[in-house]
Amino acid sequence: MSQTNTLKPEISPEDSPLKIGDIVLHSRLIVGTGKYKSFEETERALEASGTEMVTVALRRVDFGANDHLLNHIDPKKYVILPNTAGCYNADEAIRVARLGREVNNSNLVKLEVLADPDTLLPDPVETLKALQILVKEDFVVMTYTSDDPVMAKRLEEEGSTVVMPAGAPIGSGQGILNENNIRIILERAKVPIIVDAGVGTASDVTRAFELGCEAVLLNTGIAGAKDPICMARAMRYAALAGRAAYLAGRIPKKLYASASSPVKDF
Amino acid sequence: MNITVNGKSLEIEENANILQLLSHLDLHPQRVAVEVNRAIVKRGVYESHTLAKGDEIEILQFVGGGA
Repeated sequence: MSQTNTLKPEISPEDSPLKIGDIVLHSRLIVGTGKYKSFEETERALEASGTEMVTVALRRVDFGANDHLLNHIDPKKYVILPNTAGCYNADEAIRVARLGREVNNSNLVKLEVLADPDTLLPDPVETLKALQILVKEDFVVMTYTSDDPVMAKRLEEEGSTVVMPAGAPIGSGQGILNENNIRIILERAKVPIIVDAGVGTASDVTRAFELGCEAVLLNTGIAGAKDPICMARAMRYAALAGRAAYLAGRIPKKLYASASSPVKDF
Repeated sequence: MNITVNGKSLEIEENANILQLLSHLDLHPQRVAVEVNRAIVKRGVYESHTLAKGDEIEILQFVGGGA
């Protein structure tokens, strides 16, 4: 079956690329590499999504494994974004960030410090502590947080290059649960706001962009779909549609009708 | 001599360095990060860092993961 890419370029003519540190992205989807059935499926889903940046976690080496994730992620096509997934305090997250920097030869890191494994909610206190240290060590930090506007602003003020509020709990597929919070965060932010977590289907992605988000990070929404390759493609279209609609400037919502044709005169 | 790697005991030749350890384990130096006794060792010194008996080594790699 043909794998030709029929949707080029990735970016609308009205748009300009997203800059994160030194990195320039045309696709505004960032995709996780977890929860796929196989490396092959991972590779095909990333391709179908059109993404240019993928997140990876850091774990102990599996001795005797005959394949490796990095055999399936072409570094010429994708920027690798190491994350601190699985860390429950600042010290762990800082350690993982430093180790990730060693493997990746890059200062870019996605910081997430979770409070507990059941809710997977971010721990704001430990996140802030870790961020402060990582900024001092010259990391370019993309920070995962709840949709609390106060926390989002604090993270920006403490040096987070990008702030990433959750739409809903990780893997929950509920979309953006509180649009008002995301809108307040967007109004006050001077750094890119990227919705991260909770995305379930294409309209969730489109909605995030319509609100004004600069990008969306998702993993389960694609990997957990019945057909991940098909969903990856759907997400790609959704991102393009939402971002273009935002840039186009929508009509206002009105209580009363407004005819599209002139008043009949015969 | 005996060292611990990722929590498991391993026998390795005396005065082995990290590069030799990685080779012994069939690992690509560019794809891992290494800690010896909880301190990160930079890739540039893998060849010159000689391991000692009882060293606790963590070898980490990137795996699939998302939010």
